Amino acid sequence: MSDITRLTAADLAARLAAGELSSVEATRAHLERIAAVDGDVHAFLHVSDHALDVAADIDRRRAAGEQLGALAGVPLAIKDVLVTTDMPSTSGSKILEGFISPYDATVVARSRAAGLVPLGKTNMDEFAMGSSTEYSAYGPTHNPWDLERIPGGSGGGSAAAVAAFEAPLALGSDTGGSIRQPAHVTGTVGMKPTYGAVSRYGAIALASSLDQVGPVSRTVLDSALLHDVIGGHDPNDATSLEDPWPSFAAAAREGATGEVLKGLKVGVIRELPDTGFQPGVAASFRASLALLEAHGAEIVEISAPHFEYGVAAYYLILPAEASSNLAKFDSVRFGLRVDVPGGTVEDVMARSREVGFGDEVKRRIILGTYALSAGYYDAYYGSAQKVRTLIQRDFDDAFAQVDVIATPSAPTTAFRLGEKVDDPIQMYLNDVTTIPVNLAGVPGISIPSGLAEEDGLPVGIQFVAPARHDARLYRVGAALEALLVDEWGGPLLDRAPRLGGNL
Amino acid sequence: MAKDALMDFDEALERYEPVLGFEVHVELNTETKMFSAAANPAHERNHGAAPNTLVAPVDMGLPGSLPVVNEQAVRYSISLGLALGCEIASSSRFARKNYFYPDLGKNYQISQYDEPIAFEGQVEVELEDGTRFEIPIERAHMEEDAGKLTHMGGATGRIQGAEYSLVDYNRAGVPLVEIVTKPIYGAEHRAPELAAAYVRAIRDIVIGLGISEARMERGNLRCDANVSIRPRAAAGEPAAPLGTRTETKNVNSMRSVERAVRYEIQRQAAILAAGGTITQETRHWHEDTGRTSPGRPKSDADDYRYFPEPDLLPVAPSVELIESLRAALPEPPAVRRRRLKESWGFADIDFQGVVNAGLLNEVEATVAAGAAPAAARKWWMSEISRVANAEGVDAASLVSPASVAALQQLVDAGTLTDKLARQVLEGVIAGEGTPQEVVDARGLAVVSDDGALIAAIDEALAAQPDVLAKIRDGKVQAAGAVIGAVMKAMRGQADAARVRELVLERAAQ
Repeated sequence: MSDITRLTAADLAARLAAGELSSVEATRAHLERIAAVDGDVHAFLHVSDHALDVAADIDRRRAAGEQLGALAGVPLAIKDVLVTTDMPSTSGSKILEGFISPYDATVVARSRAAGLVPLGKTNMDEFAMGSSTEYSAYGPTHNPWDLERIPGGSGGGSAAAVAAFEAPLALGSDTGGSIRQPAHVTGTVGMKPTYGAVSRYGAIALASSLDQVGPVSRTVLDSALLHDVIGGHDPNDATSLEDPWPSFAAAAREGATGEVLKGLKVGVIRELPDTGFQPGVAASFRASLALLEAHGAEIVEISAPHFEYGVAAYYLILPAEASSNLAKFDSVRFGLRVDVPGGTVEDVMARSREVGFGDEVKRRIILGTYALSAGYYDAYYGSAQKVRTLIQRDFDDAFAQVDVIATPSAPTTAFRLGEKVDDPIQMYLNDVTTIPVNLAGVPGISIPSGLAEEDGLPVGIQFVAPARHDARLYRVGAALEALLVDEWGGPLLDRAPRLGGNL
Repeated sequence: MAKDALMDFDEALERYEPVLGFEVHVELNTETKMFSAAANPAHERNHGAAPNTLVAPVDMGLPGSLPVVNEQAVRYSISLGLALGCEIASSSRFARKNYFYPDLGKNYQISQYDEPIAFEGQVEVELEDGTRFEIPIERAHMEEDAGKLTHMGGATGRIQGAEYSLVDYNRAGVPLVEIVTKPIYGAEHRAPELAAAYVRAIRDIVIGLGISEARMERGNLRCDANVSIRPRAAAGEPAAPLGTRTETKNVNSMRSVERAVRYEIQRQAAILAAGGTITQETRHWHEDTGRTSPGRPKSDADDYRYFPEPDLLPVAPSVELIESLRAALPEPPAVRRRRLKESWGFADIDFQGVVNAGLLNEVEATVAAGAAPAAARKWWMSEISRVANAEGVDAASLVSPASVAALQQLVDAGTLTDKLARQVLEGVIAGEGTPQEVVDARGLAVVSDDGALIAAIDEALAAQPDVLAKIRDGKVQAAGAVIGAVMKAMRGQADAARVRELVLERAAQ
């Protein structure tokens, strides 16, 4: 394997800036890596045919003395939920096969403007519904740690691409854990920013009140660098916050010194007992807490009594919003059209949706349509919104006592492909610790915390901060990351099996 | 279409009491659409744009697109709410109304549902004879319009029998305010007339505010008329419960609103009198036949699965904004009418005539430009209206109030006689320029040069010695023949009174 692909985005950027490496070289190295390993991993649904041209342009501009952004010339993988003008955007669905958007998602436009080089579009569960990428209409992505296992979902493609060194950075989206749970099972870093911190414009909507775009990377600093590029107010998204944001990269660099841990109050939720988690996950979590404590943090037990209702509330709110958001896929203006000879427009719409949507999508549309129906609205959608308010209050109460909350990022390590695909409830429960974060609109980050003893697979720890305090997560995440990497003697991913034969 | 049985209108009113309700949709003429930056086809400047040229991703429901509320539309809606005497909600929300239809890009309409921006108001409506009604307003809420379907290949232009349909998304996302009344009681036999007067009142208000082009024929203003009837209670008996209502849509002129309400009262009365029941339904008005027919129910019309629009924040206008819009409200049309009538000193019938002809703005502007009120009224109500009727166009489109005032000033100054002034008006309407320019170009001014007149008079007198003799005999009325000859010689461009004076003077010499 080429050394270039092992570099972090920050190191890559430094070499590019120093003229030690060109963007064309960096991009070519990653394209070659994709060619070598993606047949096994299947992280990408589409690989750009003009990434080298984009890279050459960046090199030319740099040579001409143009002031470029911190990540200029660094390759980037883009989750297929984000629309792009130069590559298809399918959201993992047959109904959008080959669809080319006439406009770029705001985060894509900002990435391009910052000089990042889009490599391709990454695989995902259809319309981001799933925790394994097994619900992708284009086949599953495989976990680089064990190709027989799931890479998490819905953003398994972005996480696997980064974990398999096919890209140093990726964009993801997180509605109930779709950035953080894949990070957990692939030994990578994933950040779900505060709701409204990053524009949703051009992110194909799953559940509008929960969706949030965020960075995926191998290090906390890399996620922070990408967050600096994509974040901030967007007038095209009415729910986008107008707050000024600090430099997240600066926060990560400051955090890496470890100072932040002195006196930091870390909340641990009483209602999430270790028994709910795979032993190796619980053990890794406890070890991380001990490490934090040893470096000056105070572990405080807090109560979040409504957390346990989070998954139930989520699986009413999400399908309700999704059933409406997915109504636009009707074959009239774009996407798959299945003609019904002699049929009406309603017949064509119905047939196209029947053929174009997968089972999980249909399941959630039916669930959501039902939950919003007259006579059921109050009992289902209305009650779920009340639970959501209670969970928000749990967080408010907790953050009155602690600076951050820590949880395991998911209950288990990567399960086997096919293991839960026919058991939606088990699949849904995989997001038990990530979902409340979306319901409350607060930021959450998952960073690698080690390997589970019983299966040697990666485990992540999630930190959660109050809304608008995303920078705190980069500080705390970078601090723990520095301690752990020190303890491991190198990045966790160095322990992943080598892919791609002799490369 | 089967022909409905109708009861005689007077008999229907004798036996039943009509109850009305209206939903009027007003297309706002904002620069851009309700939720996108696309140009708004309901703005005069964009009228008639080619299909699908005024669209942004959100109007097409493209993947990833998001709506953003148009602040100008919010201000217009608040102004309208205030002009309707409504309370303005300190916070109101948009909801999604979910249903599949090809003219609806997202397959849901963003509309205010349980939290309208304006509520609890009233509108004063004046009938043609000046009778006033207070119409209670329940709410006015913001929403977006849908696109337009054109059904091709069928004989009727309707969806039934069509081979295919074309969709134009230009109208998708045009800002709408829907004004909903409470039930209106007590209109009685004037119910049809009141319906038209109500729509006219709304039109006057939105025109006064400048927030809509308000052209019904273009769909800028659309009225759905709800009609129910109930048997009259005998003296001392409690009123019967409200009857089942029908909602007649697609009524796009004030005259049609009036006819549709009358038709529904007569149709429903015939059904009830025959022992039948009214079906609660949407009905369509057919301008050509003057009838209503049941609408095809939408497949899932019963359950729109409303829920709060998660892509938008609540609309929370500041008190300062509301109060500044309130302070900027124009005079209410009813108040303005009373003020103008008094200031002009018109008789009831003359003033109402101007109002009913829809020429109040024109007369007011003509007066403002310097004409006497009576003269302004005379021009608009007689000569200009005559030409407008003959040509089948709007009187206001023919000539500007400033031109009319300038014309009258030429008359007042003696430059033009009434007859000449009508010729000048004809020239102005024909686009020949300002009244003065027409006078100059056509050489229509009164000849006030006595020398020219005297020459013509002497010639005429010489040609008619018998007349001259009669005048000298004191038979002054004989002068008419000479005056006529002189006016003819002058091609009408002389002041007849002055000619008469001069004729008598010359005859005496």
